[in-house]
Amino acid sequence: MSQQADNQDRPWLDPDAEPFIKVQGVTKKFGPFTAVDNVDLQIYRGELFCLLGGSGCGKTTLLRMLAGFETPTSGTIYIDGAEMSQVPPYERPVNMMFQSYALFPHMTVEQNVAYGLKRDGVAKADIAMRVSEMLKMVELTPFSKRKPHQLSGGQRQRVALARALVKQPKVLLLDEPLGALDKRLREQTQFELMNIQDQLGITFVVVTHDQEEAMTLSTRIAVMDEGRFVQIGTPTEIYESPDTRFVADFIGSANMFEGRIVENGADHVVVRVSDPRIEFFIDHGMSIKEGTKVWIAVRPEKIKISKNAPTESGANQIQGTVLGVGYLGNLSTYRVQAGSAKVVDVTHPNQSRPKGDRHAVDWDDQVYLSWDPSSAVVLTK
Amino acid sequence: MGQKRSTFLFSALCFGMAFLYIPMLLLIIYSFNYSKIVPVWGGWSLRWYKVLFESEEVWSALTLSLKIAVMNATFATLLGTLAGLALVRFGRFKGRTLFSGMITAPLVMPEVITGLSLLLLFITMAELIGWPGERGITTITIAHITFSMAYVAVIIQSRLAGMAQDLEEAAMDLGSKPIRVLVDITLPLLAPGMVAGWLLAFTLSLDDLVIASFVTGPGANTLPILIYSRIRLGLRPDINALATIIIVVVTIGVIIAGYLMLRQQKQRERDMQMAAQEVVKLDA
Repeated sequence: MSQQADNQDRPWLDPDAEPFIKVQGVTKKFGPFTAVDNVDLQIYRGELFCLLGGSGCGKTTLLRMLAGFETPTSGTIYIDGAEMSQVPPYERPVNMMFQSYALFPHMTVEQNVAYGLKRDGVAKADIAMRVSEMLKMVELTPFSKRKPHQLSGGQRQRVALARALVKQPKVLLLDEPLGALDKRLREQTQFELMNIQDQLGITFVVVTHDQEEAMTLSTRIAVMDEGRFVQIGTPTEIYESPDTRFVADFIGSANMFEGRIVENGADHVVVRVSDPRIEFFIDHGMSIKEGTKVWIAVRPEKIKISKNAPTESGANQIQGTVLGVGYLGNLSTYRVQAGSAKVVDVTHPNQSRPKGDRHAVDWDDQVYLSWDPSSAVVLTK
Repeated sequence: MGQKRSTFLFSALCFGMAFLYIPMLLLIIYSFNYSKIVPVWGGWSLRWYKVLFESEEVWSALTLSLKIAVMNATFATLLGTLAGLALVRFGRFKGRTLFSGMITAPLVMPEVITGLSLLLLFITMAELIGWPGERGITTITIAHITFSMAYVAVIIQSRLAGMAQDLEEAAMDLGSKPIRVLVDITLPLLAPGMVAGWLLAFTLSLDDLVIASFVTGPGANTLPILIYSRIRLGLRPDINALATIIIVVVTIGVIIAGYLMLRQQKQRERDMQMAAQEVVKLDA
């Protein structure tokens, strides 16, 4: 009982929950090229799920298969319990917001939004009501008689959203929904999108290449590379416990060290790195044999930087020379030469004002870098 | 140096314009010549216009040409649009490359050969199935459709290729079956291309002498055939008058089309500017 209550917001943790979208062993080939390679995926009702990856990783192809524009070469797709892989797009309970918005240029805003309802044979009065409701929600009522070319980019985006939502689809697919907007509008729209999703409770599947967008929007993220999922998890899981070097590097930035396990205790692991010569002490046990080659990832903001030597010497600290300082106002980034070839990136919030032009840590300073035993992540691939 | 180049450019421009327009100007002037012998000036007069308007033969040739041109343009647009759609939107079907190559063949084929082969076809068909029994308006129209359809197909093809497919996908996503998508989205967006194709087919047909003279029969004289047959017997002032009328009609048509296009473009620019300005205002 309490377990269920705990997982209400996180249905993917509940073993009894029935996925709303189920992708099973789906492969899509274009000639000799495999765009999507035997993927499995479960998305639950009400999720805001992000497919994240670089260009050509297969995320858009997967989205197009959910919409019905592509048929899987093999595998099955279920949406709300119904098998979908052979159902044409016009019979799916799914709507899509296109990256280009794809507004019909020969129709007004109103006609664009009404189009889907008209095709469904909804009564005229009903159409008018639902369209005006939808336009009110996206704050476009005064623009209802305009043609798409008479709108700004942000307004067009909202028309596209209204048009896709007005049919109350079971799933809304969004292809790079914020890609064409400038930075300020993006941030604003991002939160609007989350609000709308919350209000309507429709399951959203978003494709994006922008990790920041994925982090803020989604309940869960699937990181894709070369047609496969590299990792699926909540934004926190993906960022704090990446499974692979690819994920650690793709989401945010990470300092990567190559080393070997030299000690494997029940509650700790020690990894020795040769360049720079340091030992990483990790405060949890792992099922890895001693001597295995591993990589250690440490996020730049998890590293403390100081001109004073730490009181205890030992693991999880190195000495280095500051090669460069990037002052960003709210925080500074430091590049520290630690080993013979290794440069470590550190970011540090500027919690006190620098005196005049003198910063606490500056170019060519000798510094000590240290981090908590829980901050470093051990990666085996 | 700059001065020199601009003088050169200016004189090149003058020569070019002179080369293009002096012949037409001469033609217009001579159409008002009273004299029966074209190059001899006999004073200003509308005599040949009167002769022209009284000539039954010219009127019937003009009507025939217009009839053929309208029928040709309509059918060529219909078939050419279908061909263009098949080539761009129906994916990769078997023999697509062959089809796309063959549909453009009439564009590069010498007219003499097109005309000759069509004539052979009509004769063979008449022998075998007894149709067409007599060559004339039907055979000319069919012949014109075969080659102007290729032009329309090319226009439609290029317009479709430039038109993003996501509009059609969006319509399908919103619940339209493919045939509905064609009617609601593709055809309205193709309309400008179809109008251009229709006008081009119309002009091509009105203009054609070679193919028409191959496939025409007794009594069916299109305007170009009539003009050519009269000119063979020497320059004639009434033909000058006819040519002048054609030049005037074409000029007026071009001016109207240009004006409409310019107005539309300006309206569009104004709309876009307005949308941009509103955003700035809202931000402020």
